Amino acid sequence: MEELRKTCLHDKHLALGAQMSPFGGFDMPIQYKGIVEEHNAVRNACGVFDVSHMGEVLISGPEAEKYVNHIFCNDVRGLQDGGILYGMMLNHNGGVVDDLLVYKRGENDFLLVINASNIAKDVAWIEGQSEGYDVEIRNISDPVGEIAVQGPEAEAALENILDIRCKHLTFYTFTETEYEGKPILVSRTGYTGEDGFEIYADQETVRTLWDKLIDSGKVMPCGLGCRDTLRFEVGLPLYGDELADDITPVEACLSMFVKLDKPEFIGREVIERQKAEGAPRKLIGLELLDRAIPRHGYEVLNDKDEVIGYVTTGYRGISVDKSIAAALVETPYAVKDSELKVRIRRKTFPAKVVAKKFYKKSYKK
Amino acid sequence: MSKTYYSKSHEYVTVDGTTGFIGISDYAQNALGNVVYVDMPEQGDDIEAGEEFGAVESVKAASDLFAPVSGAVLDINEQLIDNPRLINEDAMANWIIKIEITDPSQLDDLMDEEEYKAFCESEHK
Repeated sequence: MEELRKTCLHDKHLALGAQMSPFGGFDMPIQYKGIVEEHNAVRNACGVFDVSHMGEVLISGPEAEKYVNHIFCNDVRGLQDGGILYGMMLNHNGGVVDDLLVYKRGENDFLLVINASNIAKDVAWIEGQSEGYDVEIRNISDPVGEIAVQGPEAEAALENILDIRCKHLTFYTFTETEYEGKPILVSRTGYTGEDGFEIYADQETVRTLWDKLIDSGKVMPCGLGCRDTLRFEVGLPLYGDELADDITPVEACLSMFVKLDKPEFIGREVIERQKAEGAPRKLIGLELLDRAIPRHGYEVLNDKDEVIGYVTTGYRGISVDKSIAAALVETPYAVKDSELKVRIRRKTFPAKVVAKKFYKKSYKK
Repeated sequence: MSKTYYSKSHEYVTVDGTTGFIGISDYAQNALGNVVYVDMPEQGDDIEAGEEFGAVESVKAASDLFAPVSGAVLDINEQLIDNPRLINEDAMANWIIKIEITDPSQLDDLMDEEEYKAFCESEHK
């Protein structure tokens, strides 16, 4: 097995007494004080996450825009400098190589932020598709650290504790500025359903910013445990759960991020067909009446006890006091308010098909 | 006089005559974090030493429960249905199931308080 990697904040997690666990090839904090407390801090006040494990790739050169639009299913043509788009890279079968953010830094100058677990695969994919395009591709994942400051008090935390101007940033925009003489990138983005920011910088600067936030006593250190419960409750997908090489964005109900009015992009034919004819599977929300908790991989059954899908993510909700799940099922069963069953160990439990946004997002637009 | 025995999978059984009270250790509840659900067998079910008989779930994950000894379920702790957090508050007081022990010789395969303490310390390294 490959040795676990450490982010630039690893020693600080240990000093805070975090429970550590492998994630995406890194030894990451799952929780410090507890998932519930950290989850609630982000919903009600402010929390900070070490997300330095995320990957960053720069694409520049005369044909950078054309190339990004070739590998990315959203459309960067109308994007302003300082603007960000969410979307996916698709393979030739329409499956998702990865979901990512594309930052437009300037004309033909893009930053792609990708999942930690997919860095090697993505970089190989991005380089592999670039033949014939005049572009430069640079993987800067190692030297770049990142923290996410999330919650209704995130803006105040940046402005008052870090002295970083961010009020002017609207949702999904960013600015490149300096912090104590070092370049940083600040974006109004996140993965929690709350207002918040993500800050990219060199490792030393990330350590300084982290310390200031923690030392203020106003921002709670938050682990990947609550990052997952937060994103799940508001219906945001996680690669490896709701997204995979063999799941298309149409199946994952993310068609709005696939722009078929673009002349071409990898995976387009499959998506065009699925949008017209329907996809074989669909991602749904499930709500159980019982307290039993559906978990990733558990079987979803119809009334004849035939397996018609599986749970992608499930929890006893924290902001929503119910047992809830996202599940990928055969399309005919994706009928709102109908009843399915989930097998949990020895028993099956009735579950109602519901919208997979269990909790309302509170973005500052 | 009751005596408590522990398994390597961190269940305990407190024995009083032929009655056993099975739960998870304080070490286990601490490692799990916030308990949000306890999956329990039904009264009258038979459980087999070493076999799974239920689960304790934290926010993060489900952990199967393994029977430290064989027996018949006399009772389940119904308080845990609506208040699974009691396990975090006092794991030793809040047993999960009460059983009639069928083979007391199986207790010899378990650890006593002192041995279990040493076992947890060695696991933590």
